[in-house]
Amino acid sequence: MDFILEPLNLVTFFPLVGVLLLLLLKNEQKKIARWVALVTALVTFGISLWVLSMFDASNPGLQFMIEEDWIQVAGWKIKYALGMDGISILLVLLTTFLTPIAILSTWKAIDEKVRDFQLFFLLLEMGMLGVFLAQDLFLFYVFWEFTLVPMYFLIGIWGGEKRMYAAIKFFLYTMAGSILMLLAILWLGIRQGTFFLPELIAKGGIPADVQFWLFLAFAAAFAIKVPMWPLHSWLPDAHVQAPTAGSVILAGVLLKMGTYGFVRFNLPLFPEAAVQLAPTMALLAVIGILYGAAVSYSQTDVKKLVAYSSVSHLGFVILGIFALNEQGIAGGILQMVNHGISTGALFLLIGFIYERRHTRDFDQFGGLWKVVPVYAVITLIVSLSSMGLPGLNGFVGEFAILLGAWGAGTAGGPLGTPLFAAFAAAGVILAAVYILFMFQKMFLGPITVEENKNIKDLNWRELLVIVPLLVFIFWIGLYPKPFFDLIGPSVSHLVEMLPTAVSTVLH
Amino acid sequence: MELTNLIIWLIPLPPLLAFFFIVLFTNKNNKLSHSIAVGGAGLSFLGAMYVFYQALTTNHFAEHPFGNAITWLNLGDKPFEIGVMIDPLSAIVLFFVAITVLMIFIYSIGYHNYGQPKGDHDKKGFPPHGAAQDGHTVLSIEPMYARFFAFIGLFAFGMFTLVVSDNLLTLFVGWEIMGLCSYLLIGFWFGKDSAKNAAKKAFMTTRVGDVFMLLGISYLFTEAGTLSFKAIFTEEMISHLAHADSYIPGLSVAGLAGILLFIGTVGKSAQFPLHVWLPDAMEGPTPVSAMIHAATMVSAGVYMVIRMFPLLQAGGHGELTTAMTVLAVIGSITALFAATIAVAQNDVKRVLAYSTISQLGFMVAALGIGAYVAAVFHLVTHAFFKALLFLGSGSVIHGMEHGVLHTGNHKVDPQDMYNMGGLSKKMPKTFWTFLIGGFALSGFPLITAGFWSKDEILADAFANGHMGVFWTLAIAAFLTAFYTMRQITLTFLGKARTKEAEHAHETPATMTTPLIVLAIFAIGFGWVGVPEHFPGIGGILPNWFHDFIAHGLPSFIHFETIHFSWTPLITSLVVALGGLLTGWLVYRNATTAENDPIKKLLGPVHTLLKNKYYFDELYDKVLVKPLAVFSEKVVYEFMDRKVIDGFLHKVAELTFSLGTIFREKFDLPVINEFFGDGTAAMTQWFGEKIRKIQSGNIQQYMIIAVLGAFVALFAFWMTLN
Repeated sequence: MDFILEPLNLVTFFPLVGVLLLLLLKNEQKKIARWVALVTALVTFGISLWVLSMFDASNPGLQFMIEEDWIQVAGWKIKYALGMDGISILLVLLTTFLTPIAILSTWKAIDEKVRDFQLFFLLLEMGMLGVFLAQDLFLFYVFWEFTLVPMYFLIGIWGGEKRMYAAIKFFLYTMAGSILMLLAILWLGIRQGTFFLPELIAKGGIPADVQFWLFLAFAAAFAIKVPMWPLHSWLPDAHVQAPTAGSVILAGVLLKMGTYGFVRFNLPLFPEAAVQLAPTMALLAVIGILYGAAVSYSQTDVKKLVAYSSVSHLGFVILGIFALNEQGIAGGILQMVNHGISTGALFLLIGFIYERRHTRDFDQFGGLWKVVPVYAVITLIVSLSSMGLPGLNGFVGEFAILLGAWGAGTAGGPLGTPLFAAFAAAGVILAAVYILFMFQKMFLGPITVEENKNIKDLNWRELLVIVPLLVFIFWIGLYPKPFFDLIGPSVSHLVEMLPTAVSTVLH
Repeated sequence: MELTNLIIWLIPLPPLLAFFFIVLFTNKNNKLSHSIAVGGAGLSFLGAMYVFYQALTTNHFAEHPFGNAITWLNLGDKPFEIGVMIDPLSAIVLFFVAITVLMIFIYSIGYHNYGQPKGDHDKKGFPPHGAAQDGHTVLSIEPMYARFFAFIGLFAFGMFTLVVSDNLLTLFVGWEIMGLCSYLLIGFWFGKDSAKNAAKKAFMTTRVGDVFMLLGISYLFTEAGTLSFKAIFTEEMISHLAHADSYIPGLSVAGLAGILLFIGTVGKSAQFPLHVWLPDAMEGPTPVSAMIHAATMVSAGVYMVIRMFPLLQAGGHGELTTAMTVLAVIGSITALFAATIAVAQNDVKRVLAYSTISQLGFMVAALGIGAYVAAVFHLVTHAFFKALLFLGSGSVIHGMEHGVLHTGNHKVDPQDMYNMGGLSKKMPKTFWTFLIGGFALSGFPLITAGFWSKDEILADAFANGHMGVFWTLAIAAFLTAFYTMRQITLTFLGKARTKEAEHAHETPATMTTPLIVLAIFAIGFGWVGVPEHFPGIGGILPNWFHDFIAHGLPSFIHFETIHFSWTPLITSLVVALGGLLTGWLVYRNATTAENDPIKKLLGPVHTLLKNKYYFDELYDKVLVKPLAVFSEKVVYEFMDRKVIDGFLHKVAELTFSLGTIFREKFDLPVINEFFGDGTAAMTQWFGEKIRKIQSGNIQQYMIIAVLGAFVALFAFWMTLN
């Protein structure tokens, strides 16, 4: 019993309680199913807040550690190990925060096989929490692969017209990357005699040339998940076909598993390779920033536009991480959260309008500000947050990342040139181009389509869904200190482990 | 001191609270909304005046400016602090911002036709079209009246935040909030395509500058470890930044950071070549033009670069640094270039828009040649007289709209100066105040504030031997006086050229009172900065402005006091009076736009000027269209869909055939016969289950993948042993 009541076990596996209850229901019992899922998700969120209240932000190491022997055969020492530190805490909270919001957004949108839908959703939450908390490589891999299954079904069953294509592309693509990571994990675990992450880090001693290949194997899985250019093409399809709640979780949390993976595994396990490959990663990141922005601009489907913008935004995160200094990595982690909030909110908003008009084509909109002012203003705020307007959350992350990238760009720094920062900044301009393009097409100008004249503005349930996200958009934008305080010590600790040629300590 | 610091923190807040209050609660009630907004601006005004008074009466204020800071976030090993600071420069800017903002708020009440009936056909997103009343058509109230006051409240918050900031980061926050408000306000009548496009253009163009500024900020932080003005502008830090090499050979860190920051100003203050957005921004309601595009936002760009002057001059030891040269060149080009365009415009507001660009160029050029005090002086006087002129032009347009409604001929453009004429009799208050503003802009000698500030720039340029700048600005000043008089003549003098102008009507007191207040400053503010050595009247009034501002600079930056010289004085007298006189002579008998005297004189050159040197067309062809085509055809359709996805589909096909081979040659014979049918049966059952909801072969791939992994693992295991 004590084992079950361990904080991290509780937070990870509480969604299973909801799953068990849902199994007792039938698909026809829609209302009960929704409430069961929502309450479960809310309780999980509550538990995560309870964990937060006990979290010691000044401690850079792993907290609430659970470490049990799990599979011990033939020299394989696999542990069941969960732990939380400043790198993962915000992502755990993001997961538990977005899940109930996403569930609430399905109230009207999902009307078929409701029980199954909610069941998969809670399973997905459990998988994601496991990914962020697992401290054993093998356990991590189990959770990592596990998340694929519910997401596959969410897209494949409740998705749009071309859902099968999107679901398979999603599954195969991420699977392909994962296999390479699995090989690297097995190699590491067998050679080092343990799969337990802290032990692996402490042991070190992997030759630089081997690190190089292992880094790439892990990176294959993470880069596809992020997704980094040029491995991104599954993302727009998955997003466009996924139901709203699926998109929210996909953009909000699932993609962060990739960026998180880089910070959690690639940097401390293969520090020499990380330094060696930092410019390459930064280059791909910057290409992604510009490429994603350019493609966004040419879209006529608003959901696709937002999907491609994710490629651009997550490029920033990767750039921050591979600046290999505190500003960059801390900024990158905060930007993961920011992107989850802003893009999550954008997908929700797109879902709201889709439920009313059953189209996402720009040409079908225009002049909506007059008809749905509340919706328009909220979309404007979220859009501005997404394009990094100071005072809102996106700016804080981007700013920290730019500082990190400049810092890493000094002579002898891991990136060696400020050009990465400069080109990334160009992405900020392009973000304004496509975001304003979207806003203008949808909300400004005269009303051109008759059906748009009688759209109803947001109702209470929808406001309840979106307002919590707005709160964080402002909070992080205006006073980010509490968030950085959570991230900071663990990131400092991580940076100290890196053999960065010249430390980018400020003068 | 404690109280003053607290008040400085509070100054930006009332307009912000007004914004939220109007948006959330009072947006249905026009009277309450404008009362809250004006009240908010009034509170900020009182706070600003209190702080300004404290600044004037505190001894050693320049050495010990007001302000304090709090920790905003911890990045790396150093806390990142943000706070407020009022030193002489920000005190004087706060002074004029608070006054102009309050005046513009009050003016907006009348401009948006408060007290008039609702329009019969007015729609949100379009300017009011008038309402029928007692058989006449009268002006109707703006349909989004409350929203306007909410937006300008938010805007005022941004501006005050920028001014009281003690660091580049919160300055940038205020800067961007203003950018957003400018977007919302230019596009206020969002139903109009022209307004919609102008708003986007303004935001995009300034954003280009902003991003460079952001890079400059990041760079400065990386090198200096702080963004606080106080910490950067120490002798030690400036000298460090001046001697550290940047990425660009021959340029110091200070130089590169300074230039990057200056590009932010180029965007925000509409300097060449990012000037294109400002004239289009006239699509917004006139109080917006006055506030954003004259008094505050465009001034903010110049304010920032003046603020960074210690950085720009670092390493120059009295000579011009690279960064300063850049400023001098861009500023001079802009001053002349925009003045030439202004000569060929017929829209009353567009003339002022180009005039603004040109005058901002004066300030930038002044700073570039090290005339720090003159730049600040012109910034302040310009804010007063240009706000006055914009509000005056709004009053003219308003009077003309009255005439248009009277005749019912909506084809007459109430902004075209050739449709006006003789308005001085119809709108005397507007005329006299506009005349004062226009003369101040032209630099009419001795009386007007514009003369003193412009003369000081010319005198500085001459005394320090920057003859190129001197003559460029002198020609620009001549053109300024010329187009201003052209504007006054066409608008107010002579006879009415249309029926509408005959029926124009003076505007209400809410509009004319701000004009009068601003007119007082447009004259009086020059007298605080009369140079000691000015012949005849120098020394009668103390040159308070120079002492106050110059002491605000760090003590390690030295100024040479310039000696009086007749050449620049005579030049500025000649260009101002000559320009005004020529303008009047040429235009006093003008009839129609087709017969514009300058048009006849210049011919094709006039067409070039009228079309603003075709910059819009150029940018459209070179930047906007190619970007759209590039992103759609090349990046999306070719790269993303054809190359990347095409490659993927090929891989998928290949895997599929490979999978079929595996299945036939390995799976079926080996697995089935080797391990028995159990696994296969189960796989098959699972597969059947899944197949119901999908049409692909996912389980097959999974099996292949897992098998592959185990084979590879086995190989590894073998090698390890």
